[in-house]
Amino acid sequence: MSEIAGKTIAEKILSAHAGMDARAGDIVVADVDFVMGQDGTSPLAIRAFERMGAEGLFDPKKVALVIDHSSPSPLEGVSALHTIMREFGKRTGAKVYDIGCGVCHQLIPEQGHVVPGDLMVGCDSHTCTYGALNVFSTGVGSTDGAAAMAAGKLWFKVPETIRVVAEGELPPGSFSKDLVLHLAGRLGADGATYKSLEFSGSTIDDLSVEARMTISNMAIEMGAKAGLMRADAKTLAWYEGRGERTPAPVDPDLDAVYCDEVPLDARTIGPHVAKPHSVDNAAPIEEVLGTPIAQGFLGTCTNGRFEDLAIAAGILAGRKVADGVRFIVAPASRRIYLDAMEAGLIQTLVEAGAAVVTPGCGPCVGTHNGVPSDGENVISTANRNFKGRMGNSNPFIYLASPATVAASVIEGAIADPRQYFEGGER
Amino acid sequence: MTIAERAFKFGDDINTDYIISGKYKFKSTDMDDMATHAMEELDPDYFAKVKPQGGILVAGRNFGMGSSREQAPLVLIHSNTKAVLAKSFARIFFRNAINTGLPVVECDTDLIDDGDELALDLEAGVVHDHTKGIDVPFAPLPPVMATLLADGGLVEHFRKHGGFAL
Repeated sequence: MSEIAGKTIAEKILSAHAGMDARAGDIVVADVDFVMGQDGTSPLAIRAFERMGAEGLFDPKKVALVIDHSSPSPLEGVSALHTIMREFGKRTGAKVYDIGCGVCHQLIPEQGHVVPGDLMVGCDSHTCTYGALNVFSTGVGSTDGAAAMAAGKLWFKVPETIRVVAEGELPPGSFSKDLVLHLAGRLGADGATYKSLEFSGSTIDDLSVEARMTISNMAIEMGAKAGLMRADAKTLAWYEGRGERTPAPVDPDLDAVYCDEVPLDARTIGPHVAKPHSVDNAAPIEEVLGTPIAQGFLGTCTNGRFEDLAIAAGILAGRKVADGVRFIVAPASRRIYLDAMEAGLIQTLVEAGAAVVTPGCGPCVGTHNGVPSDGENVISTANRNFKGRMGNSNPFIYLASPATVAASVIEGAIADPRQYFEGGER
Repeated sequence: MTIAERAFKFGDDINTDYIISGKYKFKSTDMDDMATHAMEELDPDYFAKVKPQGGILVAGRNFGMGSSREQAPLVLIHSNTKAVLAKSFARIFFRNAINTGLPVVECDTDLIDDGDELALDLEAGVVHDHTKGIDVPFAPLPPVMATLLADGGLVEHFRKHGGFAL
């Protein structure tokens, strides 16, 4: 029997990939299972890769470049960057997901590129999304991405872990987005900087895999390096038919050492919004009810999945988007788009007044497809509401769940979604 | 290495959209052009002020929070910003700065004001504020990061060693 303390999920995955006993605070060089870049970061990564003198990818099957941030290209300068990516793909064998395929953080797990127990890096800060699938995935810059593409490894500081234990059932009309907005408000934008978050408890167990991804996606909004969860039967079922790799789930040890523990009582978490201009400026929806809105956006790597579209369509069925309100919908991937069409969700949303755009990141990151005007209020399912985020510095962005966005576009003002759910207040 | 420059002071939680807005990031890879927009959300004249003489950007907590865009440290480098001092950094920005060769130092920045004349001694772990006549100490970088910075960033490290030599 060893008397050495047990390990967190982060310590275990990094130990396995570094081939040594890695503990919080250690700096290790570890093998990565996958490397991803998107069109805002890949061109710089490709340039760094070439300047490094790299001869080829460490493994072409383990590298993907996704054209999602400005997709299809709205400008000739962007078209040139996309060409750089396509040509790099042809030259090296890296998989290129071109326009219409979807948002990188949906595609990488959806296509089975990463499985539980993996270590992967992506040149995009929301790479932490796959923590919900028990993947130690973290965002890096383009030069780190280039080094990982060339060498198949990267240096990591093994993070300390904050354990977040969520117990109880979310009330009707409240979703995983509300839980993570509430948590961001509590921890603050740098509450988990240099650290990992590890989520557990009955609330997490009860959530769907898609809803869990919403939580891990926003780990970075608290500064975290990763937002990890256990892989359970639901996770493994989600992987059925998604590629050939075999999941190797990693559980934390019972005596793992955490630097902090944050208990959450989900039963008390009602719908939340993040007010302008920071994600940790979170508040219960009551504080902002009635705030007029000019635009609603449903989509992104946070909340553009099938379940999110279904929740919004459920509320909008037979109703109309208010006059004077623009409602933009971007499914997170082609597969989700097709599934949503087959289920009639797209029909419902478009009949209600939605403008559906190509699966991608444009409206969220402000490259195209819905840049709001000066002084306008926007309600969005995205993960960031920084000034300038949607392509203009002068609107006011509120972040919320798909249900809250749907309820709000109907009223033309921020509205409480609980009225549409069992136990609603009105 | 000692970096002697004027301080340009900013506050807490400076995110990467403030350092360089996403709307510029996606248009090209010409950093000299993009650098003209560095920090413009917070100070539209930042580039004009820092470019001719150089400067050290001084901030509060959580500098570089947000996206993974490496354009953030790159536009600072191309605007002639020689180093960034902050009470704390967001981790992706911190890595990107080291990887691109921009010195980043975690220290107490409360006593440093805009316009102070600073001398940053990376090896000794001290910032001399000549205007105030004070020294602000800091813990030197861990060896892995110090090696990458000394090599001029991760690309130069790879060129020199043919891969990771950490």
